[in-house]
Amino acid sequence: MIRKEILKAFKQAVGADNVFTDPADLHTYSYDAAVVDPVQPGLALRPTNAEALSQVVRLCNENRLPLTVRGAGTNLSGGTVPSSSGVVVLTNALNQILEINEADMYAVVQPGVVTAKLAAAVEARGLFYPPDPGSQAVSTLGGNVAENAGGLRGLKYGVTRDYVMGLQFFDVNGEPVTTGSRTVKCATGYNLTGLMVGSEGTLGVFSKITLKLIPLPAHQKAMVAVFDQMEKASETVAAIIAEHIVPATLEFMDNFTIRAVEDYSRVGLPVDAAALLLIEVDGHPAQVEEDARKVESLCRNLGATSIKVAADAAERDKVWEARRSALSALAKLKPTLVLEDATVPRSKIPDMVRAMQDISRQYGIEIGTFGHAGDGNLHPTILTDRRDKQEWEKVEAAIADIFDRALDLGGTLSGEHGTGIAKSCFLEKETSPATIIYSKRVKSALDPNNILNPGKIIG
Amino acid sequence: MADMQEIASLMRELEDQLVVCMRCGLCQAACPVFEQTGREADVARGKLALLDGLLQEMFSDPRGVYERLNRCLLCGSCAANCPSGVDVLEIFMKARAILTGYMGLSATKKLLLRGMLVHPKTFDRLAEWGARFQQIFTRPVNDLLGTSCARFVSPLLSERHFVPLAKTPFHTIMPSLNTDAGASGIKVAFFVGCLIDKIFPQVAEATLQVLKHHGVGIYLPQAQGCCGIPAASSGDTATFKRLIQYNLEIFEDEKFDYLVTACATCTSTIKEVWPVLIRNEPGDVVAGVKRISEKTLDIHQFLAAKVGLKRISQTNTDNPIGVTYHDPCHLKKALGITAEPRAVLEANPGYHLKEMPQSDACCGMGGSFNLQYYEISSEIGKLKRGNIKASGCEVVATGCPACMLQISDILSRSKDRLTVKHPIEIYAEALRH
Repeated sequence: MIRKEILKAFKQAVGADNVFTDPADLHTYSYDAAVVDPVQPGLALRPTNAEALSQVVRLCNENRLPLTVRGAGTNLSGGTVPSSSGVVVLTNALNQILEINEADMYAVVQPGVVTAKLAAAVEARGLFYPPDPGSQAVSTLGGNVAENAGGLRGLKYGVTRDYVMGLQFFDVNGEPVTTGSRTVKCATGYNLTGLMVGSEGTLGVFSKITLKLIPLPAHQKAMVAVFDQMEKASETVAAIIAEHIVPATLEFMDNFTIRAVEDYSRVGLPVDAAALLLIEVDGHPAQVEEDARKVESLCRNLGATSIKVAADAAERDKVWEARRSALSALAKLKPTLVLEDATVPRSKIPDMVRAMQDISRQYGIEIGTFGHAGDGNLHPTILTDRRDKQEWEKVEAAIADIFDRALDLGGTLSGEHGTGIAKSCFLEKETSPATIIYSKRVKSALDPNNILNPGKIIG
Repeated sequence: MADMQEIASLMRELEDQLVVCMRCGLCQAACPVFEQTGREADVARGKLALLDGLLQEMFSDPRGVYERLNRCLLCGSCAANCPSGVDVLEIFMKARAILTGYMGLSATKKLLLRGMLVHPKTFDRLAEWGARFQQIFTRPVNDLLGTSCARFVSPLLSERHFVPLAKTPFHTIMPSLNTDAGASGIKVAFFVGCLIDKIFPQVAEATLQVLKHHGVGIYLPQAQGCCGIPAASSGDTATFKRLIQYNLEIFEDEKFDYLVTACATCTSTIKEVWPVLIRNEPGDVVAGVKRISEKTLDIHQFLAAKVGLKRISQTNTDNPIGVTYHDPCHLKKALGITAEPRAVLEANPGYHLKEMPQSDACCGMGGSFNLQYYEISSEIGKLKRGNIKASGCEVVATGCPACMLQISDILSRSKDRLTVKHPIEIYAEALRH
């Protein structure tokens, strides 16, 4: 229970209407999109301005209350699951786009702005904010920065990290810290921006984010290539990159996923294909046409059994509809879906897909694999029913195995979902004991009372 | 307290349906209520988590869950956008039934649902008295929209500009009808629905005119009942089932090919809610509901698919009137009907259809939601008004009398000079010229 006088102070800070103490309301802030156990917080707050946010952080620290910031709660590693009796701080009332600067190509936003809304607002001015995580329709930019979110366009355009020019955040005492700049170049001070991106709310609380924008590509062309052997698909991926063509999107689907998508949406995918590549090139129209021609002939030369180039916008939409429906199609097969994002160097994709097939057989569980072939970020998706205890134990063992195989191939535990609580116990495997100790020292120096999203990343 | 066995069986069904939600949170992008409040308990994921928490005994606050469950338009926007295909509306209906069974109906709802709705004749009479007396309490404010507002400060009416009860309800204008199939060779039963009967009788009259024009035989039984949605959404399954039984009986007396309604909500209730909430009833009821719901068609769908729409040529087309169309949730999201109402509008060359932005965004009405949460409902309505105004049209058409009420209210309060019509009225106008 949170003491009455503390509650009063919170009410003064954010207004009584923005303080939630009912068990029913608190229960709705006990989970995120990760398959982990929910934890009920003791309090939820919805500050409506930066000043209130700063006071909330200070009050939490003074009263040793664990604080978990929550945007849209779409996290896939449990990063927004709060501490028991802790405080959840909602950012969705801090949702103003403060500035879109066309001349200097940047935007300044509050942390609760929804990713897709910023993308639409800058697109209306002929600009482009490329990071497009799967949850972009609801995810917040604060959450994207805290998780270093990726998306389909990582290969060519990079991830959220590559677009954060500067940040304002509150330290654990509620004091404002400024890092980075509105300028393309900035060489002053420590690169605290680099430290904060992907810090999952464990080192500070964002209040303002400056994001880089780029010109909107003038033209796109999408195509689907069908392969009867997975090796041919991955050779094609390697050949496209070797030809120095960088598609905006280069996505892969395995046979299991192809069948699920076809069953679900009847878009006419070849259900006997071993793999599909969905490719989009963008940029100047002349360049796009040339790249598309090259990609098409590469696919043919490397043994694609068929290739279809989208002739117009409607056909292009159809290509991406198939990709977008992958997760839905898989989700409909079983009650529980565990979406992993172990990532390997892109040349290792065939090994990784084979490893997934081995693990699926070995544990007798269903795994569909699809994802971002161009950047090696695959999504092995385990389909199960969490209520089945025996199977769930197998799933947990399989997940550990997936991590091991990805690390053996020189990869990483997470390409874009973050460490959170789901992967924190595996982190040492990827790094070293000293890395964990070093990280813990950073954490305890900046947050001596361990109130900022405790338990995430480093356990 | 409802039958405990029934509650237990509903809870078992619910458990299997709840597990389908993977908490991805994408419903946040679709929910009109969440857009206004930003509260997780207002969006489907939050409500599903609450039900799950209650069933798993993670916390105990059935009343708290019930209250939050009711802060929902039942518009189905979340379900239409759900990657996992969660049966959100079915779950909410069942959950409301379970929680109402557990806690009992509120006194007001008992009076409304069990005292009035379940007895169609009493309901009709009360509505007639209401129509006679309302002039004393309300004054006309917008002749174009035909809305009125409270003459005195009334806690129930508050700031509403509601469309008043019709002076003469449709069941008085046309108590019953039974004609044989004409040129079309088709005979339909016409399910009028409460709002059209009591507030928009002109929509029912237009429907009859159109059906007659196309040589469609009409069966219009006397003293029709409510489709039951107010009872179902309040979790009053007893009243809901009595209404279904009542409707089955009066419509089973005559042979017809289709049952048509001009009310989006009635259509989706008969097609989507009836079969779901009577699953555990005796076999003859299940079979009766199946027969009726399979034959039920929205009027636009019926005209487009069964009769064939042609652009009517004799109308003066020099200066077509701009009309924009609002997609009712219960047509688009529940039944996937979008092209047919537009085809009905386009059949009248006196009008020019111009799309508004986000024509399928919910208007915020949601039946009793509007009564309980008028402020949130109005804020959602204002977004709709902005989109309607952006179309620049003089007329806004929509195939749902509840949406017509909400849109009339919101336009009237902003002193907009627009007319709200049902597409079937616009089609009938062309036939009159």
